[in-house]
Amino acid sequence: MDNQKLAVQIDDLTVAYNYKPVLWDIDLSVPEGVLMAIVGPNGAGKSTLIKTILGIIKPIAGSVSIYGKPYSKQRKMVAYVPQKGSVDWDFPTTALDVVMMGTYGSLGWIKRPGQKEKKIALESMEKVGMLAFKNRQISQLSGGQQQRVFLARALAQDAAIYLMDEPFQGVDATTEIAIINILKELRKAGKTVVVVHHDLQTVPEYFDWVTFLNVKKIATGPVKEIFNDDNLTKTYGINYKVAVNK
Amino acid sequence: MSNPQIEIQLIAALVAMACAIPGVFLVLRKMALISDAISHAILPGIVIGFFITQDLNSPLLILLAALTGVITVVLVEFIQKTGLVKEDTAIGLVFPVLFSIGVILIAKNANDVHLDIDAVLLGELAFAPFDRLMVRGTDWGPKSLWVMGSILLITISLLLLFFKELKVSTFDAGLSSAIGISPVIMHYGLMSISSITVVGAFDAVGAILVVALMIAPAATAYLLTEDLKKMIGLSLLFGVSSAISGYWLANILDASISGSIATTLGVLFLAVYLFAPKKGLISVLYRQKQQKIEVSLITFLLHLNRHEEESERHINHLQEHINWHEVRARTVLNLAEKNNLVEIKNNVVSLTEKGLTFTEKSLEYIINNKDEKIEPMKEDFFLFRG
Repeated sequence: MDNQKLAVQIDDLTVAYNYKPVLWDIDLSVPEGVLMAIVGPNGAGKSTLIKTILGIIKPIAGSVSIYGKPYSKQRKMVAYVPQKGSVDWDFPTTALDVVMMGTYGSLGWIKRPGQKEKKIALESMEKVGMLAFKNRQISQLSGGQQQRVFLARALAQDAAIYLMDEPFQGVDATTEIAIINILKELRKAGKTVVVVHHDLQTVPEYFDWVTFLNVKKIATGPVKEIFNDDNLTKTYGINYKVAVNK
Repeated sequence: MSNPQIEIQLIAALVAMACAIPGVFLVLRKMALISDAISHAILPGIVIGFFITQDLNSPLLILLAALTGVITVVLVEFIQKTGLVKEDTAIGLVFPVLFSIGVILIAKNANDVHLDIDAVLLGELAFAPFDRLMVRGTDWGPKSLWVMGSILLITISLLLLFFKELKVSTFDAGLSSAIGISPVIMHYGLMSISSITVVGAFDAVGAILVVALMIAPAATAYLLTEDLKKMIGLSLLFGVSSAISGYWLANILDASISGSIATTLGVLFLAVYLFAPKKGLISVLYRQKQQKIEVSLITFLLHLNRHEEESERHINHLQEHINWHEVRARTVLNLAEKNNLVEIKNNVVSLTEKGLTFTEKSLEYIINNKDEKIEPMKEDFFLFRG
């Protein structure tokens, strides 16, 4: 692993809301090309970690680097899928328009999206099987379709690193399989994918790396090596094995 | 029409347009209440600005007062960030304080200042043509026409330049921040423009009614369209048409122009709220009723589909089996028959070929929610139109 490039490197990161730490002294390295799950109980700081990597939340200490440089210099290398519930789906716009927003980052200020951006957006929608819904108003989409639109928007960002906040939340089994297939394709293409994930059962099946997080980092590494009862117990604070067997 | 009449309508239309554009984004950002706060809290800014400049249309006064508006927003956010009170409480705490400072300032200096509370709250459009822009003895028209025209021009240019940025930061502040389009800059930009517009407009329509011009056109347009550009276009249209028809209403009633404009906006909203084709109250109620009947229809068809035995499908038994009122049972039966979904032979109801496929397809649709299964039926049935 020593000679493997690091996509994301986090050093001594502490984040606090109103002086209450939600992430405490996190060191975390995400090797290039992994498909990583971040797991931990509610309030563990999973979303906060993603948002801090993206510079949406400012840490009170520590640093984040993307391929060795600060995020503000590497914006175009990172795509983001926020939690579905973080936006107002009654906003007056179409699915295609939302996907087009993925191209805004590379356009920069003032420049408007044109035919090139539209083509990128349409291709991304096709990849997630949403092309037929491109002109649909976003409130008329089902929860799974909305999640696919968000995924298509991230694909339109055409980045090296994909950070996703609970992309499987509220989607049906079909959509979940469709999404995980796209994530696996991204990994095959050499991209790095980091996913906040809730369903512990599917971790070994979907991901090759995992990070256990509960305010502090509990463990990080290949799923085969560290996804075990010991780490689960440390992260969730209960005897995990017993809890599952019940 | 006389010259002042045309000028008043022109000013009213410009004010309406300048208010409608930031109004759309305030409504979409669920910040309508902030416009109310700004419109009141700018009063001390206006009074102090007036002490300094002695001219209600001076650009310096407008900037000073607009600054008070932005300070209001900052104070509201500051109080809110303490986590002790919610946003609406913070708004309710900040703007009355600033407003009352303005009221006291006016009262203390009422003798030497040509500025009174009535004019500030309600404005007086009818007087606007009296205050004219004179350059070297030439009359260039009413000052407020130039002030509002400039504000509108700035607003439109900013809208055209930053449409994409406004859209993404309004819809998804997280993504906006991540891709380097700072939602904080967009937020304060919008707040500054809203403040400047309110200050420019208050002279004409007053601090209270300017809120109506910001919020009502956008709220009305929101009910009619699902496209941001169209929403802005409709807001402009509603604002201008209300301004002009409000002017004539005031003329007929011999009443306050700003009051009549706000009333027109209210009536327009009410009409759209009732009759809008998709989101309107009447169409929503109609759709709910249709859906109720259609749910009953499908329940009924599924019942027929499940029961081979004739006793279960006898017309006299059906009503008690499904446990419906007679009227509803008859409506559903008639609907099914009219659509050739069922046939009645010897008082026994059976599914037709069409009814059978329909039932199977809707079952499949209910189970796996796949749109393509139901496409052919969409024209006839509300239930599947999404």
